[in-house]
Amino acid sequence: MRISLLLLSGLILSGTVFRQYAGTRPERIPALRADSLVLPARFCIGRPATPADIRAWDIDIKPDGTGLPAGSGNAVSGQAIYRAKCAACHGLQGEGPQNRLVRNPQKPKEKTIGTYWPYATTLFDYIRRSMPFNAPGSLSDQEVYHLTAFLLRANGLIDSTATLNAKSLPAVSMPARPLFVPDDRTGGAVVK
Amino acid sequence: MATAAVAILKTSFAKAVQTGVPVSFFKVDDPAKVPGTPPGEIGTRSHFEKLIKKPSDISSRSPLQDFHGIITPSDLHFERHHNGVPAIDPATYKLVIHGMVERPVVFTLADLKRFPGVSRIAFLECSGNFRSGKEELSPQDICGLTSQSEWTGVRLSTLFREVGVRPGASWFLAEGGDAALMTRSIPVTKGWDDAIIAYAQNGEALRPEQGYPVRLFLPGWEGNTNVKWLRRLELGDSPWQTREETSKYTEGIRDGKIRQFSFDMDARSIITFPAFPATVERGWIEIKGLAWSGRGKVRKVEISTNGGKTWAIAELQEPVLDKAHVRFRYLWHWNGTETVISSRVTDDTGYTQPTMQQLLAARGPEMGGYHLNPVTGWLLKPDGRVLHKPESWR
Repeated sequence: MRISLLLLSGLILSGTVFRQYAGTRPERIPALRADSLVLPARFCIGRPATPADIRAWDIDIKPDGTGLPAGSGNAVSGQAIYRAKCAACHGLQGEGPQNRLVRNPQKPKEKTIGTYWPYATTLFDYIRRSMPFNAPGSLSDQEVYHLTAFLLRANGLIDSTATLNAKSLPAVSMPARPLFVPDDRTGGAVVK
Repeated sequence: MATAAVAILKTSFAKAVQTGVPVSFFKVDDPAKVPGTPPGEIGTRSHFEKLIKKPSDISSRSPLQDFHGIITPSDLHFERHHNGVPAIDPATYKLVIHGMVERPVVFTLADLKRFPGVSRIAFLECSGNFRSGKEELSPQDICGLTSQSEWTGVRLSTLFREVGVRPGASWFLAEGGDAALMTRSIPVTKGWDDAIIAYAQNGEALRPEQGYPVRLFLPGWEGNTNVKWLRRLELGDSPWQTREETSKYTEGIRDGKIRQFSFDMDARSIITFPAFPATVERGWIEIKGLAWSGRGKVRKVEISTNGGKTWAIAELQEPVLDKAHVRFRYLWHWNGTETVISSRVTDDTGYTQPTMQQLLAARGPEMGGYHLNPVTGWLLKPDGRVLHKPESWR
């Protein structure tokens, strides 16, 4: 380890690499690009992340529900929270002005949760990490479940009596899901 | 004392120290007849130069028409953020890497700087970088969400080795420490390929607007994936489907489909002179501009001075770098008649910048607003005005 670190910290001067070994004089060797030197397997820089380090920040949710916390929510409770904390920007019915959330019958192609969001789990993840815009991170997990339920209900994606939890949220069927395709641009002569 | 920027101070040793240039200096008839300002602690842009970014609620655009080189001055680099610029103390900053790794690790900023470093000059462009629809638009208005810097940091591959990425890991989540806790899923292959955990920009620490103290830099990939204020990387075996990679930064294409994970920035060019709001006189004009590709090097730039009927090769100014803004020049004699001038780039994959009609033909009427890189025309009027030739697609 010690040798490797010293080797990497070698000076590159006048096209020559000086490699200093402990207790010896600098040795001239042919010039090497720094990134062509053999890297050590590890530099042993940084400290091990503790479970507490990870728990404090690891808030992401995967489409299969991995990461969802305990608790549950429903649309009725969600509506009250929505009106108090979300409606000022997103409108009483999710109509905006900021980022319309609820499907617009007059414009069925407008981007909303019901028409353009492929995964229901994204709602929980995003609301919890980023909303409300003026107080991000202030909602409890319980409030996020309720709000997620309210928005899915407002888009007609779950029943008004449905309970959302770590098991039922990933199972919500999203209309936009089949529309999403991976990028197939590859460069070359074709415009895609 | 009224000053343009700061002031001149006398020390106890009667030495003058420049802390700025007094406004009165700019009213001197003959600068050669009065002593100038003494040396200073920090340089200033000339009082006569009025380069500014153009901010909106969510972004701020680089004044492309005012630049002469390939490096964007750091204070004029475009900005795009999702809930403001956070103030992060470098002394308490940390980056956590965990998930499908052998050894979850916390790195401080000092830790990151101890690793072997790397620098490269590369552009960074927002994938929502196209505006049109009216004649009075400058290059800054049309595509000012692209900028270029020398980025310095540690290769992500070095950190991947340090934490021991497990064989099954195919994606990683990059998370910012801003008020949006912005997240994107990135294929692990990009991390091994050329990703940089960057802590410096143009030789100094990152600007706060560009992610101070640490950002992810993915050469050639859409700006949003270059997560700023980076605080966490989690390795996994599938994408997270975050809000930014589903409901945003995706684009409608044919048959009602929505294209996702459109990482590469297609090749693009723009004439930055002559361009609105400049005016020109008939006679010799050096047409100048920028060209770039997220897939590699610029192979050639062509110029048309007759509305796209014929094209001629422009001169490329060295250095022509991989995934970098390149400057082009084309000397032209304008006879004063109304005409449209435009540029188109071809990169080293053989991709040629399309027209808006070609983009529409390829993507269909539901074409979204991301990854639009059309050939952009400027209309020269006989009176010397230069106007954007608007494109309409919705």
